[in-house]
Amino acid sequence: MTTKEPRHSEVEVGDALPQLALPLTTSLIVGGALASRDYTPVHHDRGAAQAAGLQDVFMNILTTNGLIGRYVTDWAGANAVIRGLAIKLGTPNLPGDTMTLSGRVSSKSDDEIVVEVAGKNSWGNHVTGTVRVALRA
Amino acid sequence: MSELEKKKTEFEARIREFVGLPEGPPYLCPDAVNEAMIRHWCDAMGDQNPAYLDADAAAETVHGGLVAPPTMLQSWEMRGYPMHDATRLLPQNNQRKLHAAFDEAGYTGVVATDTEQEYARYLRPGDRITAETTIESISEEKATALGIGYFIVTRSVFSDEQGEEVGNLSFRVLKFKPAQEAQAAQESAAAPAKPTRIRSPYGHDNGWWWEACQEGRLLIQKCSGCGELRHPPRPMCGSCQSTEWDSIEASGRGSVYSFTVLHYPPIPGYDFPCPVGLIDLEEGTRICANIAGVEPEDIHIGMKVECMFDDVDEGLKLPFFYMVE
Repeated sequence: MTTKEPRHSEVEVGDALPQLALPLTTSLIVGGALASRDYTPVHHDRGAAQAAGLQDVFMNILTTNGLIGRYVTDWAGANAVIRGLAIKLGTPNLPGDTMTLSGRVSSKSDDEIVVEVAGKNSWGNHVTGTVRVALRA
Repeated sequence: MSELEKKKTEFEARIREFVGLPEGPPYLCPDAVNEAMIRHWCDAMGDQNPAYLDADAAAETVHGGLVAPPTMLQSWEMRGYPMHDATRLLPQNNQRKLHAAFDEAGYTGVVATDTEQEYARYLRPGDRITAETTIESISEEKATALGIGYFIVTRSVFSDEQGEEVGNLSFRVLKFKPAQEAQAAQESAAAPAKPTRIRSPYGHDNGWWWEACQEGRLLIQKCSGCGELRHPPRPMCGSCQSTEWDSIEASGRGSVYSFTVLHYPPIPGYDFPCPVGLIDLEEGTRICANIAGVEPEDIHIGMKVECMFDDVDEGLKLPFFYMVE
């Protein structure tokens, strides 16, 4: 967590969030799936993932969601309120890879900012999207 | 209408009956929002936000007390362990029936592609949430990197015990027929390998051309009516509308009519920078292919080239044009 929370008045369009490189371990992928109560076999059983055409278990969208939420509040702090998000998945997150999250403030209204986020792995963008956040004035 | 088309029409009529239907009755999430599940989630996500984890610190924030991560919204309605066994799963709701219809037709793969979520308020320990999900839309058939399939959009609205909406989300999944390469990947169960190229669409009208490539032969389709050459392969002659055709084997010699060099985006399976040329074949038609064996800055229009077949991936040969000057 950053110690200093950005205030709404201080944030400007174009501000970049610090990047976060996340090693994609089998434990993270399986742990994220189970913590989100998603026991679809492709997220914890390699054989099932391979039958579906992937090399190994792959991250579920709920974990991607959770990591994006964490990434934004790591920067925005405990007083930030996430109001919504819209994400699109691209390349799968597979064990052994790394996903690097980056973000920037793409717009700002009276009481809300929009952070554009992307999570990139060695194949390309795993996720791209936007998060709507309200910061303290 | 062919037998195949008839089957497809019947299948599409069957799946479209589900559009607009509720997934099932409103679903009361089995667990109240609770600190233990929040903590397990935060552990896995590496999220240390005190608003989720530390009651005293949370009380000092705008939230005024412990709250659940908003992105957990969908987790509260997930069915958990029974999900691992689709055969014995849970009530036969419309969503399951729809997926079963897809499975039967060979669209056995499923993958989430995007989600949009709105959070009206943060959930707190003790909240009891009800989810109501509707099957909102089903796309036309689409060709994707994973295989041919359909996108299904569902919309869920979540409400609390007072019936107030706490959030909603739309969720899009692809139900697909796993592509053939998938089966191959299954056999070579290894760590992430070099990504293979996305295969070109390969069907009734052009499969013969790609098969010849695998034998190292560059073919050109020739109209049996008027004799005109055409590429890429297609069922009808653009000049005389004849659907009768034959093919000739190209010498592989030609010249660069135009070209471009791709730098971005880095598509998996290709080396970058990636020169792509429009090649005038000496027989009198044009083909789009990679230019190889030359620095991108040395490529020029009019450059003489010759075709060679290179192994791109296992079981995939493609024509590359090399400079001959």
